[in-house]
Amino acid sequence: MEGALNATDSSTLGVSGARKPPATLRRSQRPRERLAGWPIADRVAWAACWVVGVGVSLVTAAIVLLMAVKGIAYLHPALLFEHPSAAVAQSQSGGFLDPIEGTLLLTAVGTAIAAPLGVAIAVWLHEYGRPAGLARATESAIEMTAGGPSVLFALFGLILFARPVLAFLSQTSAGGSVSGRSFLTAGAVSSLLALPLVVGATREALAQLPARLREASQALGKTRARTIRKVLLPSIRPGIAAGVVLGMGRIIGDTAIVIFVLGATLHLTPAGGLPGLSALRGEGTTLTAYVRYNSPAGEGLAPNKAYAAAFVLMLIVVALNFAVVRLGSGSRRKRPFARWRPARAGSAQ
Amino acid sequence: MNQDPRLAPPVRRIIPRQAGTVVEPRSEPAPSAAAAVASAAQPAVEPGVQSGAWQDPVDMPAPPRAPTTTHSNVVERMRLESVWLAYGDRWVVRDVSLPVRQGEVLALIGASGSGKTTLLRSLNRLTEITAGAARAGHITLDGEEIDGLEANDLRRRISMVFQQPNPFPMSVFENVAYSLREERAARRRRRRAGLPGRGPRGDQLRASVVEALRRAGLYDEVGDDLDRPALGLSGGQQQRLCIARSLAAGPEVLLLDEPCSALDPISTATIEELIVGLRESVAVVIVTHNLQQAVRVADHVAFMHLGELVEYGPSQQIFEHPRQQRTRDYVSGAFG
Amino acid sequence: MEWLLRAITISVLVVIGLIAAAILIEAWPSFEHNGIRWFFPGGDVDQQLKAMITGPQEPARYNWHFRGWPLIWGTILTSGFAVIFALPLAILAAIFIVEIAPARVRRVVEPAVWLLAGVPSVVYGLVGLLVIVPWVEHDLISKAQKHSVDYVVQLTGENVSVATAILTVMILPIMIALIVRALQTVPRTWTEGSVALGVNRWRTIRRVSLRAARPAIIAAAVLAMGRALGESIMLSMVSGSRGFAANPLDGATFFFEPVRPLAATIIDYAEGISVAPLRHTLYAMGAVLLVSTALFSLAGWAVKQPLKRYGIGT
Ligand SMILES: Nc1ncnc2c1ncn2[C@@H]1O[C@H](COP(=O)(O)OP(=O)(O)O)[C@@H](O)[C@H]1O
Ligand SMILES: [Mg+2]
Repeated sequence: MEGALNATDSSTLGVSGARKPPATLRRSQRPRERLAGWPIADRVAWAACWVVGVGVSLVTAAIVLLMAVKGIAYLHPALLFEHPSAAVAQSQSGGFLDPIEGTLLLTAVGTAIAAPLGVAIAVWLHEYGRPAGLARATESAIEMTAGGPSVLFALFGLILFARPVLAFLSQTSAGGSVSGRSFLTAGAVSSLLALPLVVGATREALAQLPARLREASQALGKTRARTIRKVLLPSIRPGIAAGVVLGMGRIIGDTAIVIFVLGATLHLTPAGGLPGLSALRGEGTTLTAYVRYNSPAGEGLAPNKAYAAAFVLMLIVVALNFAVVRLGSGSRRKRPFARWRPARAGSAQ
Repeated sequence: MNQDPRLAPPVRRIIPRQAGTVVEPRSEPAPSAAAAVASAAQPAVEPGVQSGAWQDPVDMPAPPRAPTTTHSNVVERMRLESVWLAYGDRWVVRDVSLPVRQGEVLALIGASGSGKTTLLRSLNRLTEITAGAARAGHITLDGEEIDGLEANDLRRRISMVFQQPNPFPMSVFENVAYSLREERAARRRRRRAGLPGRGPRGDQLRASVVEALRRAGLYDEVGDDLDRPALGLSGGQQQRLCIARSLAAGPEVLLLDEPCSALDPISTATIEELIVGLRESVAVVIVTHNLQQAVRVADHVAFMHLGELVEYGPSQQIFEHPRQQRTRDYVSGAFG
Repeated sequence: MEWLLRAITISVLVVIGLIAAAILIEAWPSFEHNGIRWFFPGGDVDQQLKAMITGPQEPARYNWHFRGWPLIWGTILTSGFAVIFALPLAILAAIFIVEIAPARVRRVVEPAVWLLAGVPSVVYGLVGLLVIVPWVEHDLISKAQKHSVDYVVQLTGENVSVATAILTVMILPIMIALIVRALQTVPRTWTEGSVALGVNRWRTIRRVSLRAARPAIIAAAVLAMGRALGESIMLSMVSGSRGFAANPLDGATFFFEPVRPLAATIIDYAEGISVAPLRHTLYAMGAVLLVSTALFSLAGWAVKQPLKRYGIGT
């Protein structure tokens, strides 16, 4: 009855005609960022984001490419299977079998210590967390560890493991002083690097578990401890694994602990009788220390070998990265939402 | 009612502009507001609809609350013509045509999932930032296609209040001052309107904030401490704060998406009163699935069902003499 | 089960506590003998450290003399500037990843950042030493500049600028990661509410999203500061390895003067750690790092407190 309405065709106003949908959507409706109307400062900031985002990727690409080019140029298979030697000439200083073994050994020891401890702490924090004061202290201690310089851990390890009580972990010199340097001690110190990552990943995975999982298990009359062991832990395995792999990455990449607590020797120096354990109680080196030793900053003076070893190091890092993404894609790290980003609209009929 | 001109600049500005430059619609019968104003002056038109009296609604006394009566100062601001909306391949709004008028409240009613929110969001092009959403059809504001306007300018003129109160994590003051401080982005538009290029500052800003809070009926409750955190307010207060935040920007059209669905009856009553009071200075569109609420606040009602606009008409007609069977069922069913 | 887990937690907590205690105790003799002057400038640090090794080895006649200012100054310069440079870059990059990059671009940039975070610091050191240092030495430093200061110090490519630049890149990814996470959890209702008011996307990001992400930005700065302070290997490789206090008053030359931060010094003198006075001095450097890292954490915590009032952060 309204005038303005009656002035036009009443079949098009007010009531749906329910005609067939339009064949094409209006072009102007294609969702798109329109910066044209923005103030200049906003457009500059927008552009700056692009520059930085792309720039960071380019830096990564440059490092990876450089390592790949140099690495492929200088890496030949023999290097991987030869022991290093102290010769001055690059051609005679051997390969880096020992550093590779050392890296594997140190990482294994470090993660073997960090993984169970980290999971235990995370489960305690998430499932029990009492008294609250202790939980808060633990949280901030773990946080401090995550930001703590590895050189401090190394200095600490040196004091701790030189105690005569802990002599069985390393070697004792003829004079009776305990060296404190071995794969066991260095691994124990390195575990501090991995610990916060394991704790963080495990807590996050626990937090993402649906509550009904817990309720269902407890409704069946299982105890809390049993629920944790039989239900919770198995279902967060990918999350824990992702944390452990991240932790491995930090252990592999560290050098300070190797220099102070592993000795950064040229070769692995097994000590004691048992074949497996002897290497663990001995000193050694890793790829990172080897790279430093052969760089112009060290005494090895074999930059080509430093490049080759760094390339191997990078391969390991890239592989670990892939593993994390793989493990994470299931539970953690959902792709950042499509928040503003409108999907293709043209698909609508 | 002594308002800061900034709070309602559009009303003063748009009328002369239309008078000067008549926006000529394309060949199709898509009347601009100017055309509507013109047609409103014709004798065939119901006498209530005319443009002369609402030039300065600010000084008008608030009309008595009688929702279904027509007011003396109603003018069409927006017009939807054959609007279709889709998410991906699914059409959720089909061929809807509607006028939106200042001086009255338009209520969109209908069951959940009937596309009310989607339609409302398309009015200020929020559908553009929704993944998968697409639109066809014409929507005009004062005769101009909204697609032709700069999106942010458009959203300053057509402001939206959401179903869930969403105050920013700032103080009450900062929440309301938010859009005023962001005026700079709209500098060009304001300069054209003869206003200073920047948003208000200092005392002036404070005055504008207080004014917006007053209009939203919140000032008496929070005025003693505007620095308190907005997230510490009650749900009803938060929603009124969101309305104040929208009003501060001086919108010409206010879209409200079930603003009371999360609120208690007392807060709801306060907000309804506020909405009725606002209709003089802004065109109000409110989505609600609460029919009582539509009866209380709306002048016109549009009933949507499964994406279609089933019936549109004065509130009284929809609730007392619906023409469509589907409307009758919905209205009577809901009334019991 | 509960008490077992609690026991494990407590023992790890004790170990972490022991770290601080052990380092501080081991550091004490150096501070005791030098007093507040430990932190002052005075003479050539490297000579002082070498004198500890060559000096008498009876405890009563140990050579304790140490004036650490050049090393502290080097730490302030490198870490401070690296964090100052990295913070805005990290914020922009995080915004790019979360809010701006089209899906296809994001699929490349995001993994690139994670990969950058995993690059070992020794690799940064190697790239710096073999690629950037020679370039800076030959192409950027002029003969005149080298000549102007060669009575005190030799200008090489190993200098404060190179060290700071590489350090900036090193701490960038971890900051980006933290800020990305925070931006991802900003409720959509906030950003949508802002856009609905006609505030454009950039201003919305700046005024709402970044505001809500402030605790994470602070946390990122603190964590990055810890990383930068503690970065030893890369810095010992490229920073010039001379305990020299680069002087800003030298004008443009300043940028090419060598520095050596505390952590790098610890690494450089690792071989002398069996010599008692040197060992205590190195632990004293470690103690300075430990305390400053802790102070930064504390400062970060304090800065975050007022934000809670308005419902930001936890
Ligand atoms: N962002 C979205 N993406 C896809 N489908 C949506 C989206 N939002 C709403 N829908 C669908 O569109 C239809 C209409 O929804 P809506 O407009 O919210 O209805 P109402 O507000 O009337 O309850 C519903 O079927 C809903 O599932
Ligand atoms: Mg809805």
